[in-house]
Amino acid sequence: MSLLKIEHLSKHFGSLVAVNDVSMTVEPGELRAVIGPNGAGKTTFFNMISGFLTQTSGRIVFDGEDISDLLPARRVWRGISRTFQITEVFPELSVGENLRVPVEVATGHRLSPWLSRAGEVEVRGRVAELLEMGGLADKADRLVGELSHGDQRATEIMMALALKPRLLLLDEPTAGMGDQETYDITKLISRLHKDHSLTIVLIEHDMRVVFHLADRIMVLAEGTMLAEGTPQEIASSDVVQAAYLGKAAA
Amino acid sequence: MQPADYTKQAPNVVVWALLLTMPFWLSHVGGYTELGSQVVVLGLAALGLNFLLGYTGVLSFGHAAYFGLGAYGAGMTIRYLLPSTGMGIVIGTLIGTIAGAIIGPLIIRLRGVYFAMVTIAFGQVFYFIAFRWSSVTGGDDGLTGWTRQPLHLGFTTIGIENNPVAFYYVVLVMFAIATGFMAWLLRSPFGRTLIAIRENERRARFLGIPVDQHIWISWVISCAVVSLAGALFALLNNFVDPRALYWTQSGDFVIMAVLGGMRSFWGPLIGAAIYVVLRDYLSSMTENWESFIGLFFVLVVLFFPRGVLGIVTRKVMS
Repeated sequence: MSLLKIEHLSKHFGSLVAVNDVSMTVEPGELRAVIGPNGAGKTTFFNMISGFLTQTSGRIVFDGEDISDLLPARRVWRGISRTFQITEVFPELSVGENLRVPVEVATGHRLSPWLSRAGEVEVRGRVAELLEMGGLADKADRLVGELSHGDQRATEIMMALALKPRLLLLDEPTAGMGDQETYDITKLISRLHKDHSLTIVLIEHDMRVVFHLADRIMVLAEGTMLAEGTPQEIASSDVVQAAYLGKAAA
Repeated sequence: MQPADYTKQAPNVVVWALLLTMPFWLSHVGGYTELGSQVVVLGLAALGLNFLLGYTGVLSFGHAAYFGLGAYGAGMTIRYLLPSTGMGIVIGTLIGTIAGAIIGPLIIRLRGVYFAMVTIAFGQVFYFIAFRWSSVTGGDDGLTGWTRQPLHLGFTTIGIENNPVAFYYVVLVMFAIATGFMAWLLRSPFGRTLIAIRENERRARFLGIPVDQHIWISWVISCAVVSLAGALFALLNNFVDPRALYWTQSGDFVIMAVLGGMRSFWGPLIGAAIYVVLRDYLSSMTENWESFIGLFFVLVVLFFPRGVLGIVTRKVMS
């Protein structure tokens, strides 16, 4: 059974149609890239999946259940976590504390007024594991706001991962990064996908990253799905070429 | 313990040493015990407000409502129900807390200035009730005809009615319980979700924290502490009047928290101490004492946005 099934999703802002009747199916373990020119509706599409925005029409089915009307926190509990185009972290807390919050949510402690000794050990262990995985172990006590853009990104991805998601949504993970940082983040995402067989949907502008990572690619333009297929199919598609060169699809 | 833990404990040790010995040294620096009780009671209210303001990032401009409800609750219990200080504290605190819990869901979806405005509006409702319903509340003249009663603890009785020092220590015990509870919560997983909401609400929401629910709990805890402070305030004065419910009283709590430093746990207590002492000192010299407090507040906010305690902690850290 497919993990994520999006059926005829649309979003209107007044008379503007940001996303128009887009459907998409993501299989477990798949890495799907969503690409398209600026203003294609990619982030709006993402925001509806994570519950940041409510769709005008259409349905979002996750793991066989309709989640179209659930609040964001409830979607997280079902196993969908996300990062943002502009990094969203807790800048005045340390890297370790940033990771601790989602770890405690994931281990069912979000309302706990105390932590048992065993709970404390479990939480610390999990935080250490995530620090290691994200290459942040030596920066655990640094404030996130003081870190480089790349390390803030890595922290944000690890926070999303701390929730033990079944579906990870990454909105332009390499936006605004240099070559080395882009390479590091790409390697990190690739590892999460391959070693942990995590299902990932990402929006990305850097085509090297997209063609390196994606199993399948969906192309959006002006809110509509232009094409969908394997990287080879997309690379050789006339329609996609036309959209990116700014010509009429015909 | 690590050396770092000792430095973290230092402010607690200093604050508690000063509070525990206050009746012994206060008169030597020109104070009197009731002034110390005022600092502790108003400090408790400011600390309660700061649980919401400094640690959840939500500004309430209507906490006088719960302070006043606690005060009237305590006063009216002793005046009309039964002459028991303990029951007065319990009922006063409960009334304020329950009112906060009921009003909470109506306002927690609002943010920023909208939240602050609606909290003022709810606060004013209670003010006008106390003001108009003279037959029960005493109206503008305040609720009189009662005094705090000896405190019966089962094994002993503390005569607090005419003994300011004994009353000070009763207040301090209440203060210790309430602040200990808040400090304990702030170090828990739940406390960390509140700080997460303060730091970045959107991120918190998308980490699976139902933000409105957590803000509601923080709001109720904050209201409970402020109601307790209100009940103690009524007992301290043996009197309540509608000014305890007025929106300027809410503003005073915010001023105390910001003045002392809302990012440090004890900041609001320091703010309350400065406020109370300054008021006591200035009001004996001029009718316009509020202007001077206002000026002082503006200067602190302009030059030390982290409050008085913010300056001290920065000095220690560097």
